[in-house]
Amino acid sequence: MSFAESPNRILYFCSMVFLLVSPNALKAGAKYKDLYKRPTQIPYPASNTYSDARMILGRTLFFDPRLSGSNWISCATCHNPAFSWGDGLAKGIGHGMKELNRRTPTILNLAWGELMFWDGRTESLEEQALGPVASTGEMNLPIDQLLAKISKFEGYQVLFKGAYPEEGITKDTVSKAIATFERSVVSGKAPFDRWIEGDETAISEKAKHGFTLFNEKALCSQCHSGWRFTDEGFYDIGLVGDDKGRGKILPDIETLQYAFKTPTLRNVDHRAPYMHNGSEASLKKVVDFYNKGGDVSRGSKSEHIKALMLSDEEKNALIAFLKTLTSNDAATPVTMLPR
Amino acid sequence: MKRLFLILPFIITQFASAKDHTITQKGKAFSESEITLAPGDNLIFKNDDDTSHNVFSSVEPMKFNLGIQKPGSEAAHKFDSAGVAELRCAIHPKMKIKVTVK
Ligand code: HEC
Ligand code: HEC
Ligand SMILES: [Cu+2]
Repeated sequence: MSFAESPNRILYFCSMVFLLVSPNALKAGAKYKDLYKRPTQIPYPASNTYSDARMILGRTLFFDPRLSGSNWISCATCHNPAFSWGDGLAKGIGHGMKELNRRTPTILNLAWGELMFWDGRTESLEEQALGPVASTGEMNLPIDQLLAKISKFEGYQVLFKGAYPEEGITKDTVSKAIATFERSVVSGKAPFDRWIEGDETAISEKAKHGFTLFNEKALCSQCHSGWRFTDEGFYDIGLVGDDKGRGKILPDIETLQYAFKTPTLRNVDHRAPYMHNGSEASLKKVVDFYNKGGDVSRGSKSEHIKALMLSDEEKNALIAFLKTLTSNDAATPVTMLPR
Repeated sequence: MKRLFLILPFIITQFASAKDHTITQKGKAFSESEITLAPGDNLIFKNDDDTSHNVFSSVEPMKFNLGIQKPGSEAAHKFDSAGVAELRCAIHPKMKIKVTVK
């Protein structure tokens, strides 16, 4: 049999055509890979550029419980690096051990954020930073008292001089230092990223199938898009509850009622329980929730939330994929606090 | 009849000067980040995405809300008076466009 007649040749020809049309089509999910590439550097605003001194000052403030009225609660009490910068609780616990209304979100990868908080009520990390300090429910320390308190420590005088030599210890420099530290908190390369870079063995075939489902049948990427797996958007996904979220800030816009900010899915398997109210105990519960099309129907509910008809195998593939987003990051150093 | 002839040129120039400008919404982004209009101009938003958008401006006196805008649809807003407005998509706050009317 000559090569011209061999069935192999036909096969060869067919695959050549296939390769010409779409070079990556043979690899699962490959056509979406370009949408998930990591950026190469952290964006810092021109009004608050990066320096090591600023980051270290910010980190010191972040871990200092004396930023609270009780001298007992630091930012890191709730945004604990060992819980992927959350607290592992369904709802945060603030001043006087009182439960807050919402779950503590992670501060991972916020350098690329747009609006802050579950309801987007502040515009930047700088603007956000002092909110929790003064909030009576969270750290309960008026800002003028905060400034007087930390100004007394020689160690802080030195740190502020190094970080903002011309500016002194002010409301502004405290916020800017904390924001600089927060921007530096970035999740490292996960198995998923190594796969994106071309290592086909970095994640399982099951997880690759999950990634395709994430982008297609399960509709997840309609909102959890890009390398951080969030579009920074606000959606009502049909959770039970009377917290109107973004709708409290913009009551005239119907689609924002009961809407909350799309959270990042980086390192997500370290952050159960899930959602703004901590109502979903596990990733399995989350996937079951989406598969049903949410728990309630309301005029504000997003068009992308509907029954998905996923099989058990497909649900497991989605979860396997979500777990490939977890990086094995170096521990955060905790600096001695100025005394 | 005579009177109509007198005002006709004004009517015509009014129509001729009011322009339509189209902004497309694609990949959760506006096709422009800023635009300058003349008073009376129309800004048309065309949704070329597979997701809905909702353009609004929250600052007086240019406050308005176009409401939910489904994939494939168009919605318009007429800017009557001079000023500057920062429009955003309420669902996707990364979508921003600065409108200057002068
Ligand atoms: C008592 C627990 C608690 C403390 C202390 C606390 N936070 Fe939070 N933090 C929360 C909760 C809860 C939210 C969400 C609140 C909301 O969205 O309404 C939040 C939200 C945030 C966000 C927004 C994240 C996002 O994705 O939108 C940032 C940033 C943040 N906190 C930083 C800080 C900083 C900086 C400090 C210290 C100055 C601090 N937090 C102290 C519980 C806490
Ligand atoms: C319509 C937009 C949208 C779609 C589609 C969507 N999500 Fe979400 N997702 C959100 C929003 C918004 C939240 C937060 C909701 C809240 O707390 O009220 C969220 C929360 C989550 C959480 C919890 C994260 C945390 O830290 O609390 C996970 C996990 C998640 N989504 C995974 C998925 C998966 C998997 C899919 C596909 C099956 C999906 N999402 C589809 C918008 C969406
Ligand atoms: Cu939009």
